Amino acid sequence: MYSFDMTSEQKMLVDTVHRYAEKMLRAAYREAEESAAAPAGTIRTGWELGLLPAGIDAEYGGYGEYSALTSALYLEELGWGDVGISLHLLSPNLFALPVALFGDNEQKAAWLPRFTEADFPKATAALVEPVYQFDPNALATTAEREGDSYTIQGVKIYVPLAQNAEVFLVYAQEKNRTQAFIVPAETPGVQVAERVVMMGAHALPVYTVNFNGVTVPAGNRLGGARGIRMNRLLTVSRISAAALAVGQARAAYEYAVKYAKEREAFGEPIAHRQSIAFMLANMAIEIEGVRLQVWEAAWRYDNREDASKLAMLAKQAADKMVLEVTDNAVQVLGGHGYIREHPVELWLRNGRGFAMWDGLIIG
Amino acid sequence: MTIEFKTPDEIEKQLHQVQIVAENVMRPESRMLDDSEHARPLNFVHMMWPQMREMERANLEASLRRARNGSDSDNGAKPKSDEPKKPRTANLSLVHMIEMLSWGDAGVYLCIPSSALAGAAIQAVGTPEQKERFLRRFTEGEPKWGAMAMTEPQAGSDTSNIQTSAVFDEETNEWVLNGQKIFCTGGKLAYAESDGLIVVWATVDKSAGRAGMKPFVVEAGTPGLKIVKVEDKLGIRASDTASFVLDNCRVPADNLLGESGAKSGGETKGFKGAMRTFDATRPIVAASAIGIGRAAFEFARDTLAKQGVRMDYESPRWKLTTVQADLLDMEIQLCQAWLLTVKATAMLDSGDDNKLMASMCKVKAGKAVTVITQKAVELLGPLGYSTQTLAEKWMRDAKINDIYEGTGQINTLIVAREILGYTRKELK
Ligand SMILES: Cc1cc2nc3c(=O)[nH]c(=O)nc-3n(C[C@H](O)[C@H](O)[C@H](O)COP(=O)(O)OP(=O)(O)OC[C@H]3O[C@@H](n4cnc5c(N)ncnc54)[C@H](O)[C@@H]3O)c2cc1C
Repeated sequence: MYSFDMTSEQKMLVDTVHRYAEKMLRAAYREAEESAAAPAGTIRTGWELGLLPAGIDAEYGGYGEYSALTSALYLEELGWGDVGISLHLLSPNLFALPVALFGDNEQKAAWLPRFTEADFPKATAALVEPVYQFDPNALATTAEREGDSYTIQGVKIYVPLAQNAEVFLVYAQEKNRTQAFIVPAETPGVQVAERVVMMGAHALPVYTVNFNGVTVPAGNRLGGARGIRMNRLLTVSRISAAALAVGQARAAYEYAVKYAKEREAFGEPIAHRQSIAFMLANMAIEIEGVRLQVWEAAWRYDNREDASKLAMLAKQAADKMVLEVTDNAVQVLGGHGYIREHPVELWLRNGRGFAMWDGLIIG
Repeated sequence: MTIEFKTPDEIEKQLHQVQIVAENVMRPESRMLDDSEHARPLNFVHMMWPQMREMERANLEASLRRARNGSDSDNGAKPKSDEPKKPRTANLSLVHMIEMLSWGDAGVYLCIPSSALAGAAIQAVGTPEQKERFLRRFTEGEPKWGAMAMTEPQAGSDTSNIQTSAVFDEETNEWVLNGQKIFCTGGKLAYAESDGLIVVWATVDKSAGRAGMKPFVVEAGTPGLKIVKVEDKLGIRASDTASFVLDNCRVPADNLLGESGAKSGGETKGFKGAMRTFDATRPIVAASAIGIGRAAFEFARDTLAKQGVRMDYESPRWKLTTVQADLLDMEIQLCQAWLLTVKATAMLDSGDDNKLMASMCKVKAGKAVTVITQKAVELLGPLGYSTQTLAEKWMRDAKINDIYEGTGQINTLIVAREILGYTRKELK
């Protein structure tokens, strides 16, 4: 059948995450943005929600089974709360979920239990490169096999929390395919360079990281001899990113609706005018349209159908929608929207980011 | 409950049947029926009638049964607790069929013999006796059509401005209708070419505005109604769009839909009831729109594939050609419109208030397919713009969906009022 109601478990989880988003993320977002750091307490509380362990198998200490749909539902709430802090909170996923998805038994046993413990794991991934036109399936970073080891050569940017990371999942081109390699931070040749400042999401510190002839044992190739399927990973990532975008857009839409009903011009609330009201109506329609695309892609993924096409369509739609909606929110607030006292200017900057974050959000 | 995106098997099966009709009966005559504007798609009509009759019968019986059981008679009554738990899928099934039929040919689909919008109005506000009296005919005999006439030369979007009057004649116990109606889909088929009927909206009290507006059933052949014009149109040319005048057209007292005895305009579920039928009909129009959009998209995609343009669902956007990116955007819009439509329909089936969703899907679908079909013509170049393919026809057909059952603007207005919690005074 077609139905659109969450299970009661999903509802409970979404409520919990929403409360966190409202109480913690919304309280901290501006300070986090201006100081370019997420408060430790907010991250700690976020980690205690246990979102990542819920997607890790019980045999590795997790308590559940991964569901892209359930993830999408709570990611919307996180995106609604604050994208920057949420990306910070979700950084360990960039390591853990690919390992859960593609790792061989040894890799899973070695790494996954660390993501079910009380402390925020110091693990991240290096995918994006310092180029103008990026394609995760055509990386400049290379991995070459020599005997029992791989040598990785290349430069990455947008590596979240690299400064403190103990281990990286590094994506590199091996014989025309993208593969992933587990690289401990202390491996010779790994050099965390300057922090990169993005247009938005400053609460997520991202770095340039050089991998200069970094050599790791062949066993560190994720998935062993089978390797990874980048498009499968991107499917999950696209669903997650689109869900987060829906949340960001919803935040901007709700803020604009409230403002438009309160702000008066020419003797009545600006929402009394069609040009404002229609903008808001279209924001609502676009958000709902993308949300349903996300849900469908996630549902098909969970049901082991090929969801790659739907995930791509949802992600592209989300990239466009979140930019439009956040931009419209600034427009509805007029000059006040341009001032940093209101959140909409940040949301517009975040909104622009989604198109560049392919592969950088996995939930 | 759970979130789920699975087309029920029965619907899949039905869809397969409808697709065969669409491919083998509708498409072959598409161009011909577009060229000879007022010809009737008789093959299609006779092929569909037995099925439509059965659907009409099922709907009528179900509604009479609900009335006997004392539950509400509207479209999406909640199932009573002692009924089997199986979810209602009547509307879901309908939008699937209509999407497929419109994929075949939207103009021809509109000629489908059924009670159509008249049926929706009668179902929404008619008494059980009225349902029996007016809808039974659609379950038997020769093909028949129903139509609904609201629009007038000076009252389109602003339905509250209708001038057609209804005056009660105590002596004969009849209503006397006077006025002019335009753009009535299936009007001629209903009144002059079959034993059907038209639901005519008239005011019993102009000063009362919307509250004075009532639906009256005018049966085929009733004296005083005259079809004065059948419109020539941009698209959906196979569809019959009639104008008529009412010149002292007399109908029996209980042709006023609603509780009997509501003679001189006492409280009936009139206008509000009619507005509620939109909750059911807007997803239907959206589905029809999407069928046309899908036809255009698939044709463009498959034709261009033969020219070496392949769909690319993997590469980042900057690697796509503009044609690939356009095709992707068309598909995205179709997906969204369809999902919104399915959600609006599922809500209707489960008895939830779907007013917001119904307008949302109508706005989305109307706009999406207008753009999709226009784009298809562009992408297909000189041949796409020529009448050698159906692309240009689909573009002409698609446009109506952003106009009737509430224009894009009117439905946006409804969405806006809903999300802002505004009355029609606060947001004009
Ligand atoms: C082929 C066809 C079939 C039809 N079938 C039927 C039928 O079966 N039964 C029936 O009753 N009617 C039918 N109609 C009529 C149709 O529903 C109306 O044409 C439609 O509602 C618009 O009314 P209008 O044409 O008078 O345009 P108008 O109301 O004059 O609108 C003109 C423009 O102004 C905009 N506008 C109007 N009011 C507002 C507002 N408040 N805010 C913002 N914008 C506004 C409209 O969106 C539109 O763009 C049919 C029409 C066509 C073309």
